[in-house]
Amino acid sequence: MTMHWLRTRGRAAAPYGLGLAAVLVIPPVLGVIPGVAPGYVLYLVSLGLIYAVVAIGLGILIGHTGQISLGHAGFFAIGAYASALLTLRMGLPFVVAVLVAGSLSGAIGFLLGLPALRLSGPYLAVATLGFGLAIPQLVVWQGSWTGGSSGLHGLPLASLPLGAFTIVFRTDQDYYYLAAAVLIVLTIFARNIVTSHTGRAFVAIRDSEIAARAMGVDLVRYKTTAFALSALYAGIAGALYAHLLHGISPEDFTVLLSVDFLTMIVLGGLGSVGGALSGALLLTFLQNALTRLPVVHDFKNLYIVVLGAILILTIAFLPRGLAGVMRSVRQRWAARVRHDAPRVDQIVELGEGSGVR
Amino acid sequence: MLSVGQNILTDLPWGQLLVNGLALGSLYALTAFGIVLIFKTTQVITFAQGETAMFSTFVAFTLLTAFQLPFAVAFVLTMLFAGVFGALIERVVIRRISTTTVLNPVIVTVGLSLILLGAAGWIWGYEIRTFPGPVDGSPFRLGTVVVSQLNALIFAVTLVLMAALFGFFRFNPTGIAMRAVAENRTAAQLMGISIGRMNALGWGMGTAMGAVTGMLIAPINYLDPSMMGDVALKAFAAAVVGGLTSLPGAVVGGLLLGIVDSVVGFEVPELRNTIAFALIVLVLVVRPGGLLGRHETKKV
Repeated sequence: MTMHWLRTRGRAAAPYGLGLAAVLVIPPVLGVIPGVAPGYVLYLVSLGLIYAVVAIGLGILIGHTGQISLGHAGFFAIGAYASALLTLRMGLPFVVAVLVAGSLSGAIGFLLGLPALRLSGPYLAVATLGFGLAIPQLVVWQGSWTGGSSGLHGLPLASLPLGAFTIVFRTDQDYYYLAAAVLIVLTIFARNIVTSHTGRAFVAIRDSEIAARAMGVDLVRYKTTAFALSALYAGIAGALYAHLLHGISPEDFTVLLSVDFLTMIVLGGLGSVGGALSGALLLTFLQNALTRLPVVHDFKNLYIVVLGAILILTIAFLPRGLAGVMRSVRQRWAARVRHDAPRVDQIVELGEGSGVR
Repeated sequence: MLSVGQNILTDLPWGQLLVNGLALGSLYALTAFGIVLIFKTTQVITFAQGETAMFSTFVAFTLLTAFQLPFAVAFVLTMLFAGVFGALIERVVIRRISTTTVLNPVIVTVGLSLILLGAAGWIWGYEIRTFPGPVDGSPFRLGTVVVSQLNALIFAVTLVLMAALFGFFRFNPTGIAMRAVAENRTAAQLMGISIGRMNALGWGMGTAMGAVTGMLIAPINYLDPSMMGDVALKAFAAAVVGGLTSLPGAVVGGLLLGIVDSVVGFEVPELRNTIAFALIVLVLVVRPGGLLGRHETKKV
């Protein structure tokens, strides 16, 4: 009985178990390693986890539904500003502010999805690029209540009311647990969406819009859903980001950030939730490591060159990203042990042999 | 900025805004023309157009300052450099990636633009420089409207280039071959046209057009690695508004956007990019293929 459960459900649950174990083990391990400031590393991991939330959402849009966005920093900014303004100006509790910020971003994503229905490929890329550029400009323009180009600062600590008492996330370690919890919930949600009939409709749209429509997939409904979902993820992540840094300014949300998000999912592997996660963590650490190289005095320079090289080399040599590499390693390993046919859910999740058209 | 009680129709210097807008629009049109040229021949929309232009402008700057060449010589040499540079990018990078999906070329050209941005910063540094102007002298006056010599030169260069390209695509065998490739790749190949050569040529010509924009806009603005960021966005907007598949569309879109930009920039300078974006979305919602473009219906 137990053995059977382990072999079927256990295998599916294994990544979550490993992830949860990693989340719990990282802080104590960091405390033991000499020469490492655990607070700073945990801050960095939190940032990576927050970016991973955006990457997973963006992955649903680009990897699964095949709709390009070069403007997700815009949704990230909307979430960050909404939550910052709600807590600072209206004194709303942190939890409410994050939820409202996520929903607002999702609603705007839905609205952007409407014109996107008529746009394809390069046209959509240009339109979303413009959206990402427009948001910080609007923030500066409406400077009287958004703080303009100097931004908003002194955001209150994140807190979570639980019945009679309230958890306040004071230290970097507290915030790290919060970010990890949000990421775990949103990862499970994303994986469920992706393997549900909605996810299959997304993949059908990506592989052929006409075929999908002929099969009765409602393009309007599913395309706007994909946009709204990915914007919701970016909005929640933006809100978490604002409270991690306790302050934001329009300069945090450049086109380069949108390109960062794109690089995360391309490097991780399009159409894979796990890939988006690993790509986000890897890139966050890479960005930080490059600032610490003693030889490099101009970090911005080196980082953008490395980012560009990652994009080109991944597309040229690893079109399925890190997730694809992992998959072929695992398959080769499995083939050596025993001859197994691929599972059905694998095919649905990965979108057999297809990319964005 | 307008204040209360002003009349938009009479109090704005419309003539001046129109002239400035057309000059700016000519530059957008040239860049957009390059983007459309590359898109038509290779089916790749390039997000590196602004950065290749910026890189070429830095090459021109080096020719002008370190080698003390006259502007006209540096101008021609830079166009040649950009042509070879563009063709090289096509040969080395673009040809190697699969273009069966739309996403691949977008990602790769975004990657290219980042590498060029970083490389330019590494070679020439991030400080803002002044680019020596090709002309200086007293501006022309037409009534109340002032046309600077640089703006006059921009009009002249744009007109000459457009006429030359029009002639090239209409009468030159190579130009006709490029149109054939844009029209139907398989049929063109069967007629003995080398697709690879036309792709490289398209990239080379498109990149050279970008270089021209860079060299003409640098004296107005400044010279630094991020100089083309805004211009490239406007050029994209122009290309998309005009229709990505239409060369005249790029020109119309560019001029239109230049005028809008000049008027909006006069009124609410903070919203220039936002208006450009709104314009793209508006035009595309009404006409998905752009003003002069063809909306291609996909066949199963």
